[in-house]
Amino acid sequence: MEQTAPSAPQRVVKARRTVAQNIWRTLKKAPYSAWFGMIVIALYIFVALFAPWIAPYGEAEIVSQVPFDVWSWTHWLGTDQLGRDMFTRLLYGARNTLGIALATTLLAFAIGGGLGIIASIFRGWIDQLLSRAVDTLMAIPQLIFALILLSIFGSSVQNLIIIIAVLDSTRVFRLARSVAMNVVVMDYVEAAKLRGEKLGWILFKEVLPNIMPTMIAEFGLRFCFVFLTISALSFLGLGIQPPTADWGSMVRENATLITYNDITPLIPAGAIALLTVAVNFVVDWFLHKTSGLRDEK
Amino acid sequence: MHPLLRTVLQRLGLGLITLFVVSLIIFSAIEFLPGDFARAILGQSATPETVEAFQKEIGLDKPPHERYLNWIGGVLQGDFGSSFSSRVGFRRSVMEIIAPRLLNTLFLAGITALVAIPLALGLGLLAALYRNSIFDRAVNAVTLTTISFPEFFVAYILMLFLAVKFPIFHSLSNVSADMPFFEKLQRTALPVLTLTLVIVAHMMRMTRAAIISLLASPYIEMARLKGVSPGQIILRHALPNAWAPIANVIAFNLAYLVVGAVVVEVVFVYPGIGQAMVDAVRSRDIPVVQACALIFAVTYILLNLLADVISIATNPRLLHPR
Amino acid sequence: MKSERTKGEVLLEIRDLKIEGQSDDVWHEIVKGVGLTLRRGEVLGLIGESGAGKSTIGLAAMGFARPGCRITGGSIVFDGMDLRKASEEERRALRGSRIAYVAQSAAASFNPAHRIIDQTVETAVGHDVRPRNEAEADAKDLYTRLKLPNPATIGNRYPHQVSGGQLQRAMTAMAMSCRPDLIIFDEPTTALDVTTQVDVLAAMRDIVEQFNTAAIYITHDLAVVAQMAHRIMVLRHGKLVEEAPTREMLTQPKEAYTKTLWAVRSLAMPERTAKDVVLRIHDVDATYGGVIKVLENVTVQVPRGRTVAVVGESGSGKSTLARVITGLLPPKKGEVYFNGKPLPRALKDRDKETLRRVQMIYQSADTALNPRQRVRDVIGRPLEFYLGLKGQERDRKVVELLEQIELSEDLIDRFPGELSGGQKQRICIARALAADPELIICDEVTSALDQIVQEGILKLLLKLQKETNVSYLFITHDIATVRAIADEIVVMYQGRVVQQGLKTEVLSPPHPAYTELLLSSVPQMDPDWLTHLLEKRAAAKAKVKA
Repeated sequence: MEQTAPSAPQRVVKARRTVAQNIWRTLKKAPYSAWFGMIVIALYIFVALFAPWIAPYGEAEIVSQVPFDVWSWTHWLGTDQLGRDMFTRLLYGARNTLGIALATTLLAFAIGGGLGIIASIFRGWIDQLLSRAVDTLMAIPQLIFALILLSIFGSSVQNLIIIIAVLDSTRVFRLARSVAMNVVVMDYVEAAKLRGEKLGWILFKEVLPNIMPTMIAEFGLRFCFVFLTISALSFLGLGIQPPTADWGSMVRENATLITYNDITPLIPAGAIALLTVAVNFVVDWFLHKTSGLRDEK
Repeated sequence: MHPLLRTVLQRLGLGLITLFVVSLIIFSAIEFLPGDFARAILGQSATPETVEAFQKEIGLDKPPHERYLNWIGGVLQGDFGSSFSSRVGFRRSVMEIIAPRLLNTLFLAGITALVAIPLALGLGLLAALYRNSIFDRAVNAVTLTTISFPEFFVAYILMLFLAVKFPIFHSLSNVSADMPFFEKLQRTALPVLTLTLVIVAHMMRMTRAAIISLLASPYIEMARLKGVSPGQIILRHALPNAWAPIANVIAFNLAYLVVGAVVVEVVFVYPGIGQAMVDAVRSRDIPVVQACALIFAVTYILLNLLADVISIATNPRLLHPR
Repeated sequence: MKSERTKGEVLLEIRDLKIEGQSDDVWHEIVKGVGLTLRRGEVLGLIGESGAGKSTIGLAAMGFARPGCRITGGSIVFDGMDLRKASEEERRALRGSRIAYVAQSAAASFNPAHRIIDQTVETAVGHDVRPRNEAEADAKDLYTRLKLPNPATIGNRYPHQVSGGQLQRAMTAMAMSCRPDLIIFDEPTTALDVTTQVDVLAAMRDIVEQFNTAAIYITHDLAVVAQMAHRIMVLRHGKLVEEAPTREMLTQPKEAYTKTLWAVRSLAMPERTAKDVVLRIHDVDATYGGVIKVLENVTVQVPRGRTVAVVGESGSGKSTLARVITGLLPPKKGEVYFNGKPLPRALKDRDKETLRRVQMIYQSADTALNPRQRVRDVIGRPLEFYLGLKGQERDRKVVELLEQIELSEDLIDRFPGELSGGQKQRICIARALAADPELIICDEVTSALDQIVQEGILKLLLKLQKETNVSYLFITHDIATVRAIADEIVVMYQGRVVQQGLKTEVLSPPHPAYTELLLSSVPQMDPDWLTHLLEKRAAAKAKVKA
């Protein structure tokens, strides 16, 4: 015990590496597909945040007497069935669709993730009760369940967010529970219990950091799924209601143009597809990254 | 009792309970309707008397359990009650609205399944066998992209190219019951193609993953080291252990197929049950919504049940207990 | 007899073999130019620690590389045919029929979907060596030779229906079914209990001798390879260290590395006695789920500053004992006394001070260390939690502990994933030590480690005991470890204590029956050990019959 190095008592133990340094080290090694994904996502976020300042016209402003006007310098993507500027609505669409999808996913994770971890730590009847309830909810296809609930409560943004979030939280619950279960049985969690640690420490210091990578990746995938579900509902006319600009309903409202060989309605649909592809790329890289953490030196 | 039989019976019992609970959930939809619902259905001009008559007609004056028994009893005999679009003296039964459409959807789903399942299993198997080859990478990239696309995006792209720019198929799939089979088939081509693309992407990826995880097991390596031929490895050593994952993949995707049909039917104006449900949701015709939801849910539950039973029945540990 | 085999016709000749393995999309050389010669009927032992490349070489002898590996150089000539130049079809024709393979885990290597006999005859029938009915009759004959119970019917069972030791013998029968010229045994007894291992080793040695089959026997266990091989090659980091006939290798190893491998076995500490008792377990019964009895009337004492080793095979209840002491599994009956006072039965009823005094070290440091916590926090937490140390004070103490466990201060911000196996186990020791405990429960702490690393850990534990007078309850199945570290020994079998006492008492005869079986089953470095043991057991059996 006394064989310490000469300067031991006064020595200052060197400080940790900062989080920012770590993130930068990781980012430098990201592949092109991930960079592409991140840039696309950044672009979408920028548009979503600053739509009112970038858009040439108002969200629901009728700017042309001609419905379905063709592409021109004044209306880059033409106008829609009511004579509103398509480009403007595309920008506002990013704001509405992304915002709602994000809020829904966050809510789904708060509900599903929280309950999932609680079920895995307490086990017993709490776990049984929650798991059986989730099994039953998942026995009905999600879109169908959403349709039933929308037919009862009607389509409003709040209803939409709550309904999709609750339904989606079942999947988050299952994943969080099973991942947390794998962590909870680890010796280091037992070691913490033997040390006498309280629930809070075990939850936040032992379990959570280990399920975070999986949950973050899942967040990306769930976001895509929620985003696609909301777009599908809007496309069916049951999601975000007019006059709010939204990509799903934009496709629906202008769909007839397709039969006249006009690709305008494909642009909002493509905007949806591009974002989901981008998120998938980033998630793919992230999964690869976190699963290979062990080899990193 | 043989443990295999016991496990299967347990699973079937669980399936029945799930069906019961799901039917309760779907039934209770009507309980949660807001108070002014009748007025919303009947229009602002409805008198208090008509509202009351309407409520009586849909049975709101009776206790819930009695109504549930009536409803589920009717359903078991093929009677889903009357649509809210019925008027006094002019009853429209739900069955009469959805029956022809159900047949259409089954036709669409059936054709798609016939095309998609063999295609997806074949592609998945090939991708697994030649993993990390150019073929595998290409299929992987294409399917990852397809999965990221909303169904209506795929649908409209196909419509643009295969019906508008090159008018090979009809852009609208308005089939009717008395249409000859081949014309029906031709008109259904685009929805079938859309659904196939989406399903194959999912199913192929899942098949590939299932086979790869199987091929990594030590007994497959052992078979290679015993000099078993590649074909025999797949047929004798991998396949007997692969039924469970494959059954699950197929069931999952068939269930998805029935649901995915909703969007595709709307795009191509295909007179199926999905479109009927969307219309009913919009007009808040609850009995029709309930009937459609019940049909979808039952299909979904039964398919999953079947997959589970197949997994159980092909598990050697249960087939040959100690 | 054995030495003749090193002179016959050459069967397998490997020259300058180079194999690369892929990790993180980069290829690394894992076998760096190894050569070997094997004659007909000769058994060659390949030994080395993890990462030595011995399994990879064994597979390469069949012209096979695992996914993620590739053979990049050298030649592999089997009976005149260069396997590297041969077509895949030609190699496939050899596998199973002329070169067979016996894997480490029989349970995983048998296809769960087919009967054992179908898998045994598959190669013979598939390679058209003999028709199915003959192959089946032959398989039953092999089962008899390998001393499997009910040889006529055991083949009708499915792999999950028979025990691990039986399955390992069935796999040997499967390998033998085509009467191959060469069998590769890849750690075939590593997963078995020591008493089961003896029978399997004897059966395998017998059958290889009966058919004059050449074999490559791969293992990390010197004593085992001494029983099986005529000649031994020692490998390290994908290179050959040295090669010699078995007896010569055991008595006069030349290279320093080989000597260190041999030396581990000789570590033995004289026992010490003590009066002051830290922990006393009195007449404890424990059950899982209130039904399955896993401990029965267990009484054990641990003296202060001493090491008590609990030995037993899987299912003996030795790990359950640890769970009872820590309060994870409250006993059904009996008491656990710590410093003379009864410990609260359940973990939740124990106060911080009680918890501090008993610490635990686990078998696998991989699962015992949170992969998301740096060394600084792993060791720092008990300091903070029990002793209230914070900031620089805490960090300084962490560095002090790192010095105590002989690790560099530079490791302080590493994650467990960035440490070697031995370093990780040392961190676990430091974490236990940080609480300044009176008793540390060590649950198989060295069994997942290579022998040289094991020795380091054992020496460290002894040194720490001297410095801090801590007591160890050392749970293990490895008798060599017991010899090295224990003062007292407790032998457990099926939830009961068979014998306990000072090390010399327990290790010297006369023994109770189970202790005798257990101790005699531990392979010795003597190449004649197995032969003598079998003779002795046969004689004893004959005596009982008479």
